[in-house]
Amino acid sequence: MLLNEMLLLGAVLFCIGVYGVLARRNGVLVLMSIELILNAVNINLVAFGAFHDTVMGQIFALFVITVAAAEVGIGLAIVLLLYRNRRSIDLDQVDLMKG
Amino acid sequence: MIAEHVAFGIIAAVMVASALRVVTTRDIVHAALYLVIVLAGVAALFLLVGAEFTGITQVLIYIGAVIVLFLFGIMLTRSDFDQDTETDHKRKFPAVLTALLLVAVMIGALVDRFEGVRLDANLPGGQTPQTTAQVSDELFSQYIVPFEAVSVLLLAALIGAIVIARREEGG
Repeated sequence: MLLNEMLLLGAVLFCIGVYGVLARRNGVLVLMSIELILNAVNINLVAFGAFHDTVMGQIFALFVITVAAAEVGIGLAIVLLLYRNRRSIDLDQVDLMKG
Repeated sequence: MIAEHVAFGIIAAVMVASALRVVTTRDIVHAALYLVIVLAGVAALFLLVGAEFTGITQVLIYIGAVIVLFLFGIMLTRSDFDQDTETDHKRKFPAVLTALLLVAVMIGALVDRFEGVRLDANLPGGQTPQTTAQVSDELFSQYIVPFEAVSVLLLAALIGAIVIARREEGG
């Protein structure tokens, strides 16, 4: 198997996630797009770990998975609080600090 | 060898198609379910390159926990099931342009540097020797400090999420 197969798939997934973060207005959907980005990074980490014959890639991927789980927990709590206060999770309406 | 390529091709195609549906579908629940396909594909890829522990962890944490969290978030924040359909920005051109530029730059750089490099180029016998035992050995010896730090981070995130999402009952 070629190294580039994994890396190119990771790049494509990363860019799809970036598009989702930029184009979506719904808070939950933005968080999902961030998950896509983190998974693309994990693919790269594991691929390079296998390429260099070391377990460091896997260990870094495990750390990223853990931090992503924490991030989703906090992110959804914030979205929930947003919904409770404004009855909407449209991120365009979160403009209290707009100058 | 050829079976590996075919398996990778199928998994990659399904993953990219599902990922595109995640960022384009108008139904939030469908987006979460398409995300399951992408995450399962990532786990399958991990198994394909011999990272079995990371693959199983991916299934347990992402598909088992994170998706359930997402579905709870969707259920708790959807006010009108029919009315609340505006999920995207009106003008998508800047986002499309940014993503396309980014993917062009990354693909160019990767093809330029890693064209034709085999994934197992550094392995002596062509066998993947990264076993779960090795992962645990490294994790609990060399990386024990980051491991404990990430445990504390998870605890802090748990408490933080409870504090943030808690209903205020008179202070």
